[in-house]
Amino acid sequence: MTKTLDKFSIGESGVVVKVDGERKIKRRLYDMGITNGAEVYLRKKAPLGDPIEISVRSYELSLRKSEAACVTVEVKHV
Amino acid sequence: MYRFALLGNPNSGKTTLFNSLTGSTAHVGNWPGVTVDKREGIYKKLAEPIAIVDLPGIYSLSPYTSEEVIARNYVLDEKPDCVINIIDATNLERNLYLTTQLMEIDVPVVIALNMMDAVEKRGDSIDAKELEKRLGVPVVKISALKETGLDKLMERAYAVSKVERKGVTVIEETALKHLISDIKIALEGQGVDNPLFHAVKLAELDELEVLMHKDTVNMIEAFKKQYHNDTFGDDYEALIADGRYKYITKYFSPTIKRKNEEKFIVTPSDKADRVLTHKIWGIPIFLMILFLIFHLTFSENLFFLGGLFNGKVAFSGTAFEGVFLSESGINSIGVLFGNLVESLTNLLSSVIRSILPADSWATGLICDGVLGGIFAIFSFLPQILILFLFFSILEDSGYMARIAFILDRALRKFGLSGRAFLPMIMGFGCSVPAMINTRTLADEKEKIATVRVIPFFSCGAKLPILTAVSGAIVSSFGVANVDLITYSMYLVGIITALVTVILMRSTSLKGDTPPFIMELPAYHKPQPKNLAILLWDKAEHFIKKAFTIILASTIVVWFISHFSFSWEFLSDAEIDGSILANIGKFLQPIFTPLGFGSQLNSNGWVFIVAAITGLIAKENVISTFGTLAACINVAIAGSGDSGVASVVAMISGTGITVPALLSFIAFNMTTVPCFAAVAAAKGEMPTRLHYKMTLLFWIITSYIVSSAIYLIGTFWWTAFICLTAFIVLCLCIKLHNNRKDKRGAEN
Repeated sequence: MTKTLDKFSIGESGVVVKVDGERKIKRRLYDMGITNGAEVYLRKKAPLGDPIEISVRSYELSLRKSEAACVTVEVKHV
Repeated sequence: MYRFALLGNPNSGKTTLFNSLTGSTAHVGNWPGVTVDKREGIYKKLAEPIAIVDLPGIYSLSPYTSEEVIARNYVLDEKPDCVINIIDATNLERNLYLTTQLMEIDVPVVIALNMMDAVEKRGDSIDAKELEKRLGVPVVKISALKETGLDKLMERAYAVSKVERKGVTVIEETALKHLISDIKIALEGQGVDNPLFHAVKLAELDELEVLMHKDTVNMIEAFKKQYHNDTFGDDYEALIADGRYKYITKYFSPTIKRKNEEKFIVTPSDKADRVLTHKIWGIPIFLMILFLIFHLTFSENLFFLGGLFNGKVAFSGTAFEGVFLSESGINSIGVLFGNLVESLTNLLSSVIRSILPADSWATGLICDGVLGGIFAIFSFLPQILILFLFFSILEDSGYMARIAFILDRALRKFGLSGRAFLPMIMGFGCSVPAMINTRTLADEKEKIATVRVIPFFSCGAKLPILTAVSGAIVSSFGVANVDLITYSMYLVGIITALVTVILMRSTSLKGDTPPFIMELPAYHKPQPKNLAILLWDKAEHFIKKAFTIILASTIVVWFISHFSFSWEFLSDAEIDGSILANIGKFLQPIFTPLGFGSQLNSNGWVFIVAAITGLIAKENVISTFGTLAACINVAIAGSGDSGVASVVAMISGTGITVPALLSFIAFNMTTVPCFAAVAAAKGEMPTRLHYKMTLLFWIITSYIVSSAIYLIGTFWWTAFICLTAFIVLCLCIKLHNNRKDKRGAEN
């Protein structure tokens, strides 16, 4: 099953299959290591549920839901 | 001389390495992007001295933030003899992404594998030899903090700097490889340096490269028509980024041996975060921490325990009277050390006064002019340092980056990203580095708005104004306590900043809310060495400033307050006829709506001249008060008080009211900042017009904010008028914007 990263709940993880969006944002996401095949894990949400904090390539990254919506992830079943 | 450049991801320990190599004391923090400009130092342990250049930390050589452009242009255009690529070993994959781009440039490269101790602590290990073999450039394990492996690193860098290296790429995708090599050949034919790097960036249709090599763009467009990748279509930027990470996972990641294969383990950072970034308690905890910091720095009634001591004063009758315990309660560390310094400077100035002959003008100049001015601000040094220390601890520990994370949602409403919060908080220390730090913001309009409001985050130099004037309010009018006034004035500054940001972002600086994609560094214990360096730096800077700019200003102030326009020397009692007093009186009417203008008695002009000298350096406001108080008080009461006490006496002698004093603080906080900050702001503004508008913005904002404080404080019912005016303004802007949007939609 795939869904976009902003729809994740805390503790879910998966593998990135697609990155869309505006060129600048896309490039920034790539540069931070969010590319196809990267494993991501939703660590935490800020108060009010936005932005979110994820683990990717063994570090922590924070991004907004609107930016996370550009990232499609194949959900890993536990 | 040989030049080695340091390049690496933000927060990878580059600045620590720079400090260790050059023995210099550059600012180190625990959030991404502390170094935003390049900086040079000298390494002396090799056969010849080597210049070390510290470049801003970047994740990629893409053209989207000005720090990326600075670093990229330095390596391409200045052609350093070697690039030392520092890599955070705990985060190998993402750090090597930059390395794969750097390797495409024809420059010798050495990899410094930093933070190996943290990797080993986790029970993991990295095979540096194997990594070296696979990368094709030397890899040296170092600890920038413990200063191990540095000599070896420099020796190997020195060795490779003598050998030319041609760029190599990790892009393996066959079709793309062909395109890149075709472009490369074309560029080589044109005699372009670093053809491989430019070829790869051109294939990505990098904005900067497309401008530089217009003729080659056709080649790429033609190629795109023939070749489509199954996953990425013709988005070569994605294809190349993907290619880099694929290569890294395939060839470099296997050099790591992990003890724990579980990828997402709970770290101590997570446990701390559960409390500090808690859904409900995160923001209250942050506000509590801020209040505690101000309380520990400014309070004269620590933890509100004053009642227990019934107004007892410790060491009554000695030189240390009231240093630890005053009538209001226990002193906070800030006040305690401030009092100690004040006791010492008072002692010193009375000794000096007793040595010098009485009644000569030279004695007046030295004791009143110079000492009165400089000593008046010296007693604030401990508070400046302590406040700075607390903020450094928050920054160094990684907490500040979390606050950006928590506050992003709120800041978004103001048209900013959580990222903009970092330079704003830095403004509490000094506006200059804070303004330079705005280069980490990718959006130009967000950057301009942030630079403009940074001065409203009251800096260390404005602290004496806050404390001395609040002190005057407390001692002359018996209201509230110093830390409460100080805390609320800081809040006034922050609120002004937020309100003006919204106004700017909905009028002259309209634009989409910039993205917020930011690394959250792991918490670590603040390094005592780093903190000591920071504090020493700040103290040194303060003392240097005191004995140069501020010293010169006090001398000038003393002279023009003791000479009339006809160059006659005036005694202290005749100060009213001096050049300075006349300038002050001439300008007084302008400040009447603000509460410290013509309505004051004969000495009211001191506020105007103090505010003007504050345009040079904000410490000048209180040092000018100090210089003038030494003269005026002698003239009025013949009191021998010096330092802060005499400033307080002079202020209350002008017949000023509490709202007017608050307005005076607010004016100095929000008006045009010091010379250095104005110059920094000028450097960050894209055009001259933006710079001029910035100056105008500061003048208007300070005028409106201060007069509102004075008016509402004096006639409470004017609050309704001010509020109505504000609401009407907001409505007008909203209506205007709606109409514009509609017109835009129709087109």
